Amino acid sequence: MREPTPEEIRERALYRNLGLTDEEYERVVEKLGRLPNYVEAGIFGVLWSEHCSYKSSKVHLRRFPTTGPQVLQGPGENAGVVDIGDGFAVAFKMESHNHPSAVEPYQGAATGVGGILRDIFTMGARPIAFLDSLRFGPLDDVRTRYLFAQVVAGIGGYGNCVGIPTVGGEVQFSPTYRQNPLVNAMCVGILRADRIVRGEAKGVGNPVFVVGARTGRDGIHGATFASAEDPEEKERSAVQVGDPFLGKLLMEACLELIATGAVVGIQDMGAAGLTSSSAEMASRAGGGIELVLDRVPVRETGMTPYEMMLSESQERMLVVLERGKEETAFSIFRRYGLEVADVGRVTDDGMLRLRWRGEVVAEIPVRALVDEAPVYERPVGPPVSPKPASIPDPRDLAGAWLDLMRHPNVADKSWVYRQYDTMVRAQTVFGPGMDAALVKVPDLDKAVAMATDGNGRYVRLNPKKGGAIAVAEAARNVAAVGAKPLAITNCLNFGNPEKPAVMRQLADAIDGMAEACRALDTPVVSGNVSLYNESRGQDIDPTPIVGCVGVLDGIVRRMPSVPRESRGLKLVVLGREDDALDGSLYAELACGEPVGDAPYLDLAAERRLHDLLQRIAAERAAEAVHDVSEGGLAVAVAEMALGAGCGAVIVAPDGVRPAGWLFSEAQGRAIAAVLPDRLEALLDLARALDVPARVAGEFTGAPHVEVSFAEDRVRVPLADLAEAYRNAIPSLLGQDAVDSRATL
Amino acid sequence: MRWAVVVFPGSNCDRDAEQAIRLVTGDPVDLVWHDADDLSGYDAIVLPGGFSYGDYLRAGAIARFSPVVRAVAREAERGKPVIGICNGFQILTESGLLPGALLPNRHLQFRCEMTELRVETNDSPFTRLYTPGEVIRIPIAHGEGRYHAEPEVLEELRRERRVAFRYVENPNGSVDDIAGILNPKRNVLGLMPHPERAVIDWMGSEDGIRIFQSIHAHVEEGLSHA
Repeated sequence: MREPTPEEIRERALYRNLGLTDEEYERVVEKLGRLPNYVEAGIFGVLWSEHCSYKSSKVHLRRFPTTGPQVLQGPGENAGVVDIGDGFAVAFKMESHNHPSAVEPYQGAATGVGGILRDIFTMGARPIAFLDSLRFGPLDDVRTRYLFAQVVAGIGGYGNCVGIPTVGGEVQFSPTYRQNPLVNAMCVGILRADRIVRGEAKGVGNPVFVVGARTGRDGIHGATFASAEDPEEKERSAVQVGDPFLGKLLMEACLELIATGAVVGIQDMGAAGLTSSSAEMASRAGGGIELVLDRVPVRETGMTPYEMMLSESQERMLVVLERGKEETAFSIFRRYGLEVADVGRVTDDGMLRLRWRGEVVAEIPVRALVDEAPVYERPVGPPVSPKPASIPDPRDLAGAWLDLMRHPNVADKSWVYRQYDTMVRAQTVFGPGMDAALVKVPDLDKAVAMATDGNGRYVRLNPKKGGAIAVAEAARNVAAVGAKPLAITNCLNFGNPEKPAVMRQLADAIDGMAEACRALDTPVVSGNVSLYNESRGQDIDPTPIVGCVGVLDGIVRRMPSVPRESRGLKLVVLGREDDALDGSLYAELACGEPVGDAPYLDLAAERRLHDLLQRIAAERAAEAVHDVSEGGLAVAVAEMALGAGCGAVIVAPDGVRPAGWLFSEAQGRAIAAVLPDRLEALLDLARALDVPARVAGEFTGAPHVEVSFAEDRVRVPLADLAEAYRNAIPSLLGQDAVDSRATL
Repeated sequence: MRWAVVVFPGSNCDRDAEQAIRLVTGDPVDLVWHDADDLSGYDAIVLPGGFSYGDYLRAGAIARFSPVVRAVAREAERGKPVIGICNGFQILTESGLLPGALLPNRHLQFRCEMTELRVETNDSPFTRLYTPGEVIRIPIAHGEGRYHAEPEVLEELRRERRVAFRYVENPNGSVDDIAGILNPKRNVLGLMPHPERAVIDWMGSEDGIRIFQSIHAHVEEGLSHA
């Protein structure tokens, strides 16, 4: 098949199939001073795609705070890096794999995990943990059950094999994600603070290598495909296939090579493969790069430069070595049985130049590709103000409570995380099921805390406040285990940016997140934007997902979410008590859709609570602390009671609306379980830090949880709570995935 | 004494085993690459967990052809303690050092969780510090851990008391609830649970400590009598 000529590309507007608009094509012609050939047009198409260029979100992303004394590397690199003290640092990033997972869920999720893993070890960090934030439609739909089960299997399939524990994350279900599931994967790694490696092609004359898998025809157009609506309409061939065994060998070999000091720059060939890795590395170094494509190892004969440049075959790295250190690298790669090929040189002329069969087949200024990519100030619609809602009381408080316990957003997720190796590396202090995961730093009495959060319902009702809540909740979870929140990464999952209403959601959510980041001193150090999450004209609820990382000094200070011995412990509500049902899951169930404003949030009070939670852990003023989130205090208390296997008695304050007090999702709250002789110490700490604290009840030996109001009382047997909470997801999955023991 | 932890391409619990051995026994440990063909300098050998060769084809099916497996067989023949954990157990059955096979879990899912095990015998270098019938807590993490063997083999295992551990609640469909078995000379142990993940208080259990202590005590006694 003959490639179209430059003239044909223009006359027949073939550039549109490569992802370029008419205006963008004209801009390419202007930058080059001539018509681009097919390879060049393809390269512009992928690098200027939404996925690679952030052209719609860039002007808004600039409003994120990205600096602070703890930040060693902010956005723009393969991952962000923060200082955790004692000479060590943490590299972390989250990335979306929504579009591929909607088409081919197992491989879509697996390659999402593999890709984020490579982004971490290319910083010179040893990966220590994965977290995954997932969103699906309701489980009453057979295709959703298939997507859910296969995404979970794919995450486990890759993560378990590469030997990095999956320690946390969350899963939520809402009709808004029925056609557009969200799969956001986060990886965290540890490195010496003075040994950060960057993705730079520096040093004129230094050799450039491709390492790992051979380049095949898979994944061509993956990046442009992720920037278009209705992925199901698109080619399945754009989805890649992961090889975790090769990924593991690449990781070990690259970390070993980096430790020798021979590496100048290294980058994963992720979206847009060889094109983006070479152009981005050259751009960061302010230079150029020249590749001889005949030397790229390929899987099949007859591959064209276009195919080689746009392939998204997995498990490939682009490595720039210091000249003269080649043999060091070769001996390491040989030992791991990895293929390595010398494919080019670093230059100083600022061009991305490709040679093939003795001819120059593409020659593009790197600046034009990366730095001068289009930036759009897309129209932003008018702000939407939340509508006040009248939310009915339930006929039966206990029934409403159990309905929340069995809602898949709230219910026990062990069906998911039992399929993940949560303990490999033998450093997991807290795995899934706690407010935040806690992974020890080898050889130090220190652990890294991490949590992901983000509630599309809140952001839909009030984008600014909802965005702020995502940050507040992730940081609160980190503080709840006793750690100090340090910084965040994020995935901004939104609809079609060409719609002004969607741009308004994006702009406002970013403002809210930025405000919370400043208030909580957790700058943004890395992230990713996933737009065009729409199907048949319907956009998803705006869903920014936040991954927060913190540090805990002293493993003994770790604070669990459930006490070991619970009987007789006092239960203390920390934070302002509330009985408003705005934005709550209860309200959604009662009204049939999300209603009202997003829940109450006060960022200054939130910060004081986080400081208090760290002090409580440091002074062991509580036996357990659990964050109040979806489902409200009722769910938080029930989860603690179920975890401890012990009933509780609680008294609500006078004058509150019972359903409101039980199910409000007001932010800035936690429950502490406290030994009676530590109660005064805890209340003193709360007073000193100006956080409201009220002794609300205690764990009893009784087999139920009971809450008393001035004129009402609700009592639910522990057995009923357990049945609702633990059986919900397995029974919704029904015969597709029955509990293991039932089949033995 | 000196320990060898064998590293295959794709092993991923090698450093975990090393950490546990150092912590529990204080002995020197070497990570030995799969191309080694001589392990005669070691007193105990660990085949760690992971996904050797990606578990492609079948768990352990490719690793058995590594040069190091012949060296392991030689040292086992000489009576040295050899312990295969998870993927290591799969390699031991694939290479014929232990009978039977490990099949995909009955429910076809990977399963990672804390399990309770009953110690069935303390007549081995690996279990001498436990009490027979004692229930201990050690986590599992595997997709292919369902032990299977022909009835004659099972009968022999029972008769010779070579079932070292049984699950209290069977998590994978293993025949006869088997979690770990010994060879006829009782110096080769394969088990699916991960004792190296149960050696420090924050891991949620310290019941794995005594496996490493048992091996250490066994070897040190042998060395002092030699």
